[in-house]
Amino acid sequence: MNVGRNTVKEPVKISKEYKVNQFKKGVFISAFASVPVALLITFSYIPLCNMFYYSFTSWDGLAKTKKLIGFSNYITIFSNPEYFMVFKTSLYYLVGAFIQMAIALYFATLLTNKVKGGNFFKGILFFPNLINGVAIGMVFLCFFQVGGTLDMVLKALGLQDWIHKWLGDRSINNMTLAATSIWRYMGFNMVIFVGAIQSISSEIYEAAELDGANRWQQFRYIIMPSIKRIIQLNLLLAINGALAVFEIPYIMTDGNNGTATFVIQTIDTAFKYKKVGLASAMGMVLFIIVILVAIIQTLFLNDKREERL
Amino acid sequence: MNKLKSNPLGFLFIIIKYISLIVGAIITLLPLAVIFLASFKTSAEYGSTGILELPASFLNFENYIIAFTKGNMLVGFANTFINVSITLLGSMICGTMIAYILHRFQFAGRKVILGLFLIATFIPAITTQVATFQIMNYFKLFNTRWSVILLGLGTDIVSVYIFLQFLDGISYSLDESAMLEGASMLKIYTRIILPLLKPAIATAVILKTVNLYNDFYSAFLYMPKQRLHVVSTALFKFKGPYGSNWEVISAGVVVIIVPTLILFLALQKYIYNGVTAGSVK
Repeated sequence: MNVGRNTVKEPVKISKEYKVNQFKKGVFISAFASVPVALLITFSYIPLCNMFYYSFTSWDGLAKTKKLIGFSNYITIFSNPEYFMVFKTSLYYLVGAFIQMAIALYFATLLTNKVKGGNFFKGILFFPNLINGVAIGMVFLCFFQVGGTLDMVLKALGLQDWIHKWLGDRSINNMTLAATSIWRYMGFNMVIFVGAIQSISSEIYEAAELDGANRWQQFRYIIMPSIKRIIQLNLLLAINGALAVFEIPYIMTDGNNGTATFVIQTIDTAFKYKKVGLASAMGMVLFIIVILVAIIQTLFLNDKREERL
Repeated sequence: MNKLKSNPLGFLFIIIKYISLIVGAIITLLPLAVIFLASFKTSAEYGSTGILELPASFLNFENYIIAFTKGNMLVGFANTFINVSITLLGSMICGTMIAYILHRFQFAGRKVILGLFLIATFIPAITTQVATFQIMNYFKLFNTRWSVILLGLGTDIVSVYIFLQFLDGISYSLDESAMLEGASMLKIYTRIILPLLKPAIATAVILKTVNLYNDFYSAFLYMPKQRLHVVSTALFKFKGPYGSNWEVISAGVVVIIVPTLILFLALQKYIYNGVTAGSVK
């Protein structure tokens, strides 16, 4: 779950204005804006609008005509367990995201303390975030396979009783995949938290030290309140992240054996089972959830801003 | 500080700190180290040696040769290079143009366009492929490299935001004085805005390069033709024929990670800045 990448920005305000011929200005604006806007509309908005339309049809993606069937697709999603049960998979990744955030916060706190080789450790912990998703899938297929790296390590530690079919066993395979996801994305949150903690003025620490505050008190009363907002924001975005999980389970298990996520289910419904109408409705459901989270996030941000004033 | 040093709790804290970091580093590196070592082993060696045992020779490039030739990675790198280059060039031109317009001009529809770029960040990219696929078909772009290139251009919103933020720091008086000297708007864009945007362009190029290089799904969906495979899709295909040949798969994984590692080591600062620039301050 790539938490935190999707964030709202305030639109830029213009204070001044070029004093040029209105016609010239119009031509210039059209010339510069037309291509980027056309690309944005063609590949972001037209698909979204079409998806909205398809979601009310029984289209298979090939037929010349599309038959309107009202809300049937939406009813199917919420009444047929085959479709709504995949939301359960997301719960594993949501819990994973919380654990990920806790680990990231822990390491961020350590790294912002005086530490030898801090950059080295930060680099190692962050690097997985940059690795190609297919490569990560392969690395962990090898790591978790029967008799693979993890089993060997457990054997060496005398913990052979702990060995499981990490990817085959339905009761734990989603946890295995969520753990892989934590390995991949933890460093990203960590770097964000490091940035936030470093923006706290060092004078506050000095004052706290003079007052005899210990490490825990410093963490609890200085670091936590300063980065509370960014943590809450990241947790909120974790909901989106958990619903949008795709690459790791798709590459590692093809979504088989109970590891299908909502996105994998949508993609398979459209391209494997040729139910474009139903898949579009699933896409719309995800879009609506994402928008709802964004609205909550905006309300929440405004709240905080008023508090500060 | 002295107080902390004489404090046994402080000492314990230092020990816990380093143990945590070392354990974290081991968990991060172990899965990768195993793959690295395996990539130099022969098939028989892989079966008979322990996972952390060194290979007989680090000069055994057999697996790498298979990965590049039979494994199609050479074609993958060529295609990735072409696709990423064209997309980068296009998206930097488009991104700076639209950011310049949105930042420096007041016109009807400006708010609408800003809003469109803002809301687009919320459209779940993978699920909308259900409908984007029909657009690709309509333009007959399926199984051509232009599908992935245009998709990369059309959904490039983060760069636009990086440019808009950076333009806030470029003084408007520069534009004004250039205008007084008779410079056209095009000249202001090419001679003032573009050169001053260089640091922002660098950040955007790095972020975008990593994203495009790692993109798997759009290449997988739109370019199934083997001749058009990029590194991600070429490596994904290893799962079938080399299913149990972990030494060959490992070579493919190493080959795909090395360019990323070099980029990271060379440009760490920009990458960290890019990550924090993309988050809420």
